[in-house]
Amino acid sequence: MIEKKSAKAWLYLLPAFLFLAAFMIYPLIDVFIYSFEEGYNSASQTYYGIGLYNYSYVLHDTYFLQAVKNTFLLVIITVPLSTGLALLISVALNSITRLREFLQTVYFLPYVTNTLAVGLVFMILFKKTAYSDGLVNLLIQFFGGSSVDFIDGPYWAKMFVLCFYTIWVVMPFKILILTSALASVNPIYYSAARVDGTPAWRIFFKITLPMISPMIFYLVITGFIGAFKAYSDAVALFGTDLNAAGMNTIVGYVYDMLYGDSGGYPSFASAAAIILFAIVLTITCINLLVSRKHVYY
Amino acid sequence: MDALTSYEKITRRTRARRYTTKTLTYILLLFWAFMVLFPFYWMILTSIKSYSSYNAEYIPSFIARSPTLQNYVDAFTTVPLGRYLLNTLIFTLITTAIMLVVTTLAAFAFARLEFRGKNIIFTLFLSLMMIPNELVVITNFTTITNLGWRNTFVGLILPSVTSVFYIYLLKENFAQVPDELYYAAKVDGTSDLRYLRRVLIPICKPTMITIVILKIIECWNSYVWPRLITDDEAYYLVSNGIQEIRENGFGRENIPAMMAAVVVISTPLIILFLCFRKQIMAGVARGGTKG
Repeated sequence: MIEKKSAKAWLYLLPAFLFLAAFMIYPLIDVFIYSFEEGYNSASQTYYGIGLYNYSYVLHDTYFLQAVKNTFLLVIITVPLSTGLALLISVALNSITRLREFLQTVYFLPYVTNTLAVGLVFMILFKKTAYSDGLVNLLIQFFGGSSVDFIDGPYWAKMFVLCFYTIWVVMPFKILILTSALASVNPIYYSAARVDGTPAWRIFFKITLPMISPMIFYLVITGFIGAFKAYSDAVALFGTDLNAAGMNTIVGYVYDMLYGDSGGYPSFASAAAIILFAIVLTITCINLLVSRKHVYY
Repeated sequence: MDALTSYEKITRRTRARRYTTKTLTYILLLFWAFMVLFPFYWMILTSIKSYSSYNAEYIPSFIARSPTLQNYVDAFTTVPLGRYLLNTLIFTLITTAIMLVVTTLAAFAFARLEFRGKNIIFTLFLSLMMIPNELVVITNFTTITNLGWRNTFVGLILPSVTSVFYIYLLKENFAQVPDELYYAAKVDGTSDLRYLRRVLIPICKPTMITIVILKIIECWNSYVWPRLITDDEAYYLVSNGIQEIRENGFGRENIPAMMAAVVVISTPLIILFLCFRKQIMAGVARGGTKG
């Protein structure tokens, strides 16, 4: 009887298992094997040795180093800025009643839009063409600055647009999480503080922030992970040839190695992907350690 | 007398401060709303300007003086935008449908059925959630290529089906349904599958709708996998289509027509969002992340 029941349960699980085994578990093992096979040829499916050469190649590749630099800059700039801004907006949103529902809906819009498609809008807003300097540059000129080409121009300008667009894209998720966290703080704490005549800033730092710190921490971790995997935002702004634009990201490097004009090297791609995974894992562990001191559960 | 004036002064000051805070709050909130909405406004505005008038404006005007729908016609006739949309629709619907069946069966097994090693297998399942897509995509690409499934819907759909997270979400929901219903159904001689179809699914409909919508959003916006697996324009999805349009679309830098394509691509999801606003936001808050 038990055996028969067991068999039936397995039958229900079978489809999920097949999919996961074929497209997740097997690839996961395989990617490590790939990364150690030296000189793997995808046409003949042969290789001539096992070793760490792929890793050393990737780590000495200037394109990879550029991608690592870009990704780290993107992470360091966008994660604190977007989390801070989202916190500010959520607190503000929580303190009003009129327009609240409407604004919440508006703020969520970027989440449901196609990153590639809306990226084009940002591109034309920032781009300098023969016909027009673009809206952003006209604004800069209006305030007395000199215009820059944000899409094909200097490195810092391109980095600025990428960070700007990334923040725009990740804000909806953060605002949503923080507003629901703020709404779930028990109002009795606020009442108690108000009876004691506590000033608003003190209420914020001593009650609100500690109460929502687990959620802030959750956002910082997912933010780090998400920003390290940045790719399609960059493609949306600078086109598919990110190496030429000097704006490649680590994930972009992996895909370029795999496929496209510079592709055909699954071993290098695997090595790069594993390096990325190691970086993300390390950073997440550091985050977890730091949070132990500062997060109140 | 003195005490009274100082009391009045304090009230006035508090009121003034509260007023300033309120104003600053609204300024901040409306500013961000403006930042979010402006790109949408700009893409719609640009899409109804004619090619010549757009290029004639050195300082772009904020209203379209002579709005035209020509760009939308161009977007569908000059580039195969209709084809991209149809492909995306097929891809999204089939992927979501298969995902729903696979997820429901697995969630049912984990929530309701008893079998040996259930807990350990479920834990292993959950640990799969931590595997980043970037690690597995390399082998999947090789697998699909070796099977000769490039530029086919099979190759596009199969690796996109699995979502461990949705199995987890649905299992939690199934587990909340009282055991008594199951026993009652068993006493009546109802089969497991029938119980799942007639009792569990109707009760857990909100969660299932959430999962379906999140998957639809994910499919509609997916870019990396379709890009790897298709290089034949006949199988492009909208994300790849828009990239293709950008890089060698209209034969010239036809930005208004490009924006028309962007509007067409963005509209379905925005409509879906406005219809299912509550479910989508609740679902994302429960554990969606972008991408």
